[in-house]
Amino acid sequence: MLQNQADIAETVRASAARRDRMTAKRFSGDPLFRGLTVMFAFSVLAILLLMVAGMCRESLPAFAKFGWRFIGGREWDAVQGNFGALPFVWGSIISSIFALLLATPLSIGTAVFITEIVPYRLGAVIASLVELLAAIPSVIYGLWGVLIMAPWLQRTIEPYLADHLAFLPFFQGAPYGVSMLAAIFILMIMVVPIITSITKEVILAVPQSQREAAVALGATRWEMIRIAVLPYGKSGILGAVILGLGRAIGETMAVTMVIGNTPQISLSLLAPGYTMPSVIANEFAEASSKLHAAALMEIGLILLVVTLIVNILARLLIWSVTRSEKGGAGR
Amino acid sequence: MTVLLWRRIKSGGMTLIMGCFTLAVLVPLALIFIHIIRMGFSSINLDFFLQIPKPPGESGGGMANGMAGSAILIFLSSLLGIPIGIFGAIYLSEYGSGRFSDLIRFSADVLSGIPSIITGMVAYTLLVVPLKGFSALAGAFALALIMVPIVLRTTEEQLKLVPGTLREASLALGVPLWRTTLKVTLRSALTGVMTGILLSIARIAGETAPLLFTALGNQFWSKSLFEPIAAMPLQIFSFAISPYEDWHRLAWAGALVLVTIMFGLSLAARYFGGKKRKS
Repeated sequence: MLQNQADIAETVRASAARRDRMTAKRFSGDPLFRGLTVMFAFSVLAILLLMVAGMCRESLPAFAKFGWRFIGGREWDAVQGNFGALPFVWGSIISSIFALLLATPLSIGTAVFITEIVPYRLGAVIASLVELLAAIPSVIYGLWGVLIMAPWLQRTIEPYLADHLAFLPFFQGAPYGVSMLAAIFILMIMVVPIITSITKEVILAVPQSQREAAVALGATRWEMIRIAVLPYGKSGILGAVILGLGRAIGETMAVTMVIGNTPQISLSLLAPGYTMPSVIANEFAEASSKLHAAALMEIGLILLVVTLIVNILARLLIWSVTRSEKGGAGR
Repeated sequence: MTVLLWRRIKSGGMTLIMGCFTLAVLVPLALIFIHIIRMGFSSINLDFFLQIPKPPGESGGGMANGMAGSAILIFLSSLLGIPIGIFGAIYLSEYGSGRFSDLIRFSADVLSGIPSIITGMVAYTLLVVPLKGFSALAGAFALALIMVPIVLRTTEEQLKLVPGTLREASLALGVPLWRTTLKVTLRSALTGVMTGILLSIARIAGETAPLLFTALGNQFWSKSLFEPIAAMPLQIFSFAISPYEDWHRLAWAGALVLVTIMFGLSLAARYFGGKKRKS
């Protein structure tokens, strides 16, 4: 009896040991797989850090030579080795701000029109057409801009502005076609789809009860939109506009093709200009010296920092509105 | 009474204004399409698909090397971008929680907002300088940087839609977690993941700025991945800003082909997306 119990205990122990051995020996892919996914996920962060660090390091020679004066410098002379970023910063600011001034009312109007006014189906058709506009590559906007739009501007709108509004400093000089005005127009066409589609999401996230409350108090349709819909989505719409600003500042190809690429600071919108991405696109591959390349890198760094700030701001704003409804940042 | 009438007129007027705005948005869209189709079709022919560009002054020629170059660049960047995107997304949806994954999501969002010309500059410093020359590899790397955040975020969304019960059923049968993730979770989300991949390819197919100082472009066929390579968007760019009528025609034909390919990809993506929703 005692013998038997000891046998059983022995058997149990042996089988437990065998089980332990087996489980220990059996290869488990889980830690390896997990490690793999962590590695790939981490590489996203690593790419971002690498970008910022690399740009900082490469632009160091220019920063060492010019310091903070670089941003305010008006000279851009690759032969003399004298570089200042102001003409490009100026061009980027003017082109994006004016493009947004034009695009914002158009986009908000369109978003309200397709969500609040037309029947659902028609709204969906218009929305997908607008999204189609967002899918066109920027080089094709540029192609259309430089071969169709700029000559058209030169024939029609620019002479008109030069003739009738010549007393303003904004419309001085001969109409070239390729000009700041052309850049503003092409940027406007390009940012409208972005602002429209996000504003549409934001408006759809406004609770129906808001609208019903306004209508129940006797509001007309426009009053309902103005009192109930737009204020509720205010910060989301602002986020959409800022995201559009980020796109406009970083837009390279289309602007490069229509702006005329002349590093000058002119109040006139009819004059050619230059932007930060354009000068990088045009000169970086053929940078004449180390300093020239570093100066272009520093312009890239300024661009990077500006777009990072703008994008983070925009995402926070959009997130604050659509989060409660959908649980994710609207895109 | 007159106040009410005035309010109604105002409401109608604003409706009209918003309608006009919508029209103003749609007119450039229509114009761009009309021009691409009209100019594209009048310039396109069989040579366009079979020949490489002719020197200025000679008519004819095509973008065969650009199309092949774009295909090679897209293939190479997919090799790098899709695994990073998908495995990163698996981490975020299957393992990740807390600060680290929030940081990854945030980095992906930030990365997708960075102007594409900057990714080109980064690829230049990381690959062109060490390899001592412009190359297809550097171009593909720059495009992969653009692909990653798109694939990552769409895949994560899709993986999160897979019901937890599916994973539990597989785990209860004794399937290890990694096999469950690959064979059950990822597989059930596959159509949605494909949508994300197709959208990211449609996006990089038209990218020009990151290729300007990585792939550089090439008037002829490239013989190795360490050489500059032609790409359709680059050719459209350089032909559009050239003064030659013949090159303008090539650019329009290229634009037509590029837009057609991109809309084909978007349609395919929507087809996958639509199938997902019905099942």
